[in-house]
Amino acid sequence: MFSRLLGRSAPSAQVAKQRLQLVLVQDRTSISAETLNLLKDEIIAVIARYIEIDQEHVQVSIAPNNAGHQLVASIPVRSSRRERPLTPRANGAPPAA
Amino acid sequence: MASQVITITSGKGGVGKTTATANLGIALAQRGRRVVCLDADIGLRNLDVVMGLENRIVYDLVDVIEQRAHLRQALIQDKRLPELFLLPAAQTREKTAINETQMRALCAQLKTEFDFILVDSPAGIEHGFKNALAPADQVLVVVTPEVSSVRDADRIIGLVEATEKPAPQLILNRMQPTLIKRGEMLDIADVLEILAIELIGIVPEDETIITSANRGQPAVLLDHSAAGAAFIRIARRLLGEQVPFGALEEPSLLARLANFFRR
Repeated sequence: MFSRLLGRSAPSAQVAKQRLQLVLVQDRTSISAETLNLLKDEIIAVIARYIEIDQEHVQVSIAPNNAGHQLVASIPVRSSRRERPLTPRANGAPPAA
Repeated sequence: MASQVITITSGKGGVGKTTATANLGIALAQRGRRVVCLDADIGLRNLDVVMGLENRIVYDLVDVIEQRAHLRQALIQDKRLPELFLLPAAQTREKTAINETQMRALCAQLKTEFDFILVDSPAGIEHGFKNALAPADQVLVVVTPEVSSVRDADRIIGLVEATEKPAPQLILNRMQPTLIKRGEMLDIADVLEILAIELIGIVPEDETIITSANRGQPAVLLDHSAAGAAFIRIARRLLGEQVPFGALEEPSLLARLANFFRR
């Protein structure tokens, strides 16, 4: 995935670092990429019951923070099925930790 | 300085644990400390051949623990450096021949006679690693700038941090400045950022490691080995000296430093 994002000519050290950062999050938290995908699907299903979201662009990941690791979900909202006061956002709701 | 048990480990095999143990043992003994290098890799002993002492083994670690031999009978004194000793691993036994309690007791006994007990850990995270970790006052993790090595080091660091022991320190081994400059090898900063532990030394890739292992003469004993000079710097840091970290110096400079510190 990263080789495509960075283009074929990305220096291999950079690729190594990014691959390591991803795999170490999985190792350190014992949460596999597969589990994360299942979690993502369920989060989409639950949120979509209440809010219309851009399901293609939902991102769920685990990122290191000062205290350890943080589950970060980025869920772009299309519009609300309810009337107001939910304000649709163009580019992603705040991360739900 | 109180005597210290220092365990050298890595997770992944073949990254330089045994080489580091042998070279640090010699560098510390050259500086007048009484040192024993303890091979904890039961069944796959190698520290003896790297140190060039393989022909002098009579008894081993397991013989001592099972009380077939006294500690004094099993310790091999290095003729090059009278302050340096080797306690070899058993070659025909399994890692399960000893346990953590026995290792702690053995190292407590060694502490009464030596300033430094350097424990060469087997690869892996199982029984043998746990035996090597149990007596440690300090842990050095050897890592090479490769994805597999860094990943395994991360696992080891997690296991050490789960104990009451102080945070491990990192030896970055087999660094190649030309590859790093081209962006084709993980840099010092990359590895430190990922592993987030303190650095104790950077060792360049160096063919003298191979030729010196061929001869059973660890690189620290040579006059012009960049890797040997790097291990001397690590030994000085272990002794509490403030030795600045250069970037990856050119080998010629390292060799000059090596000669300088030998005087």
